[in-house]
Amino acid sequence: MATLGDYLVVSGMLFTIGFAGVMLRRNIIIIFMALELMLNAANLSLVAFSRFHSGTNGAPNYNAQVFLFFIITVAAAEVAVGLAIIVALYRLRQTTHVEDINSLKF
Amino acid sequence: MPAFLFWIFASLMLVFGAGVIINRNPVASALNLVVSFLGLAVLFISLGAYFIGIIQVLVYAGAVMVLFLFIIMLLDLRAEKLRRINWIAFGGGSAVALALFIQICCVIGRFKPASQTFPPLAKSTTDDVHQIGMLLFSNYNLPFQIIGLLVLVATIGVVVLSKRELQ
Repeated sequence: MATLGDYLVVSGMLFTIGFAGVMLRRNIIIIFMALELMLNAANLSLVAFSRFHSGTNGAPNYNAQVFLFFIITVAAAEVAVGLAIIVALYRLRQTTHVEDINSLKF
Repeated sequence: MPAFLFWIFASLMLVFGAGVIINRNPVASALNLVVSFLGLAVLFISLGAYFIGIIQVLVYAGAVMVLFLFIIMLLDLRAEKLRRINWIAFGGGSAVALALFIQICCVIGRFKPASQTFPPLAKSTTDDVHQIGMLLFSNYNLPFQIIGLLVLVATIGVVVLSKRELQ
């Protein structure tokens, strides 16, 4: 059996990969994908904790799964809005490279 | 779930997650992300969260990834041209990410329950979806309605953003 710590370490590694992607990559779409990785890493640790805190009679705890339902909905909305912003940005500047988009006003 | 299955799917998820940020071609990154999310869905199922695992596959591996691929192909992005790498920024970013990981490991190492296995689950008499639906429409009814409003606002926002002329 995998322990709670195993799930938490795996979730931490996934979060670190996403974080490294946000820090190191310069393509705005890949930065966005790395953000999704970080979000999902947090989801994994949430579910692991909820499974760890299941009831005394072995009844599963469904609160975290309802939270996750909300988180996934918000994430889907976020992806839609974020990609629309990227498309609008691309239409203005014809680039997805973040170093070419460094002025607030143009 | 046996430990070796856990490690197989966890390493699958991590390897393809690393592939997302290593690949130069955005299409390859998006496809790596799909496999990574499938591995994550298996981990959810191994924790007994069947509903969330299925939702993960449907929403992420299905809808969100199609959206990503659609945008990548709409913008006609090729593999990035090699630019001069700013080594100071690269080293700084890697160092910060490494420091974050070490911190996470330290916190988990000091966390006593982390070395315990999960308590056994009783055989459930009703299905997951039923229970979650009951909770969603009783305890979490207000957040559910707010989330509906949020999705509506996001839809309108996307339509406004995608209009040809931004006045």
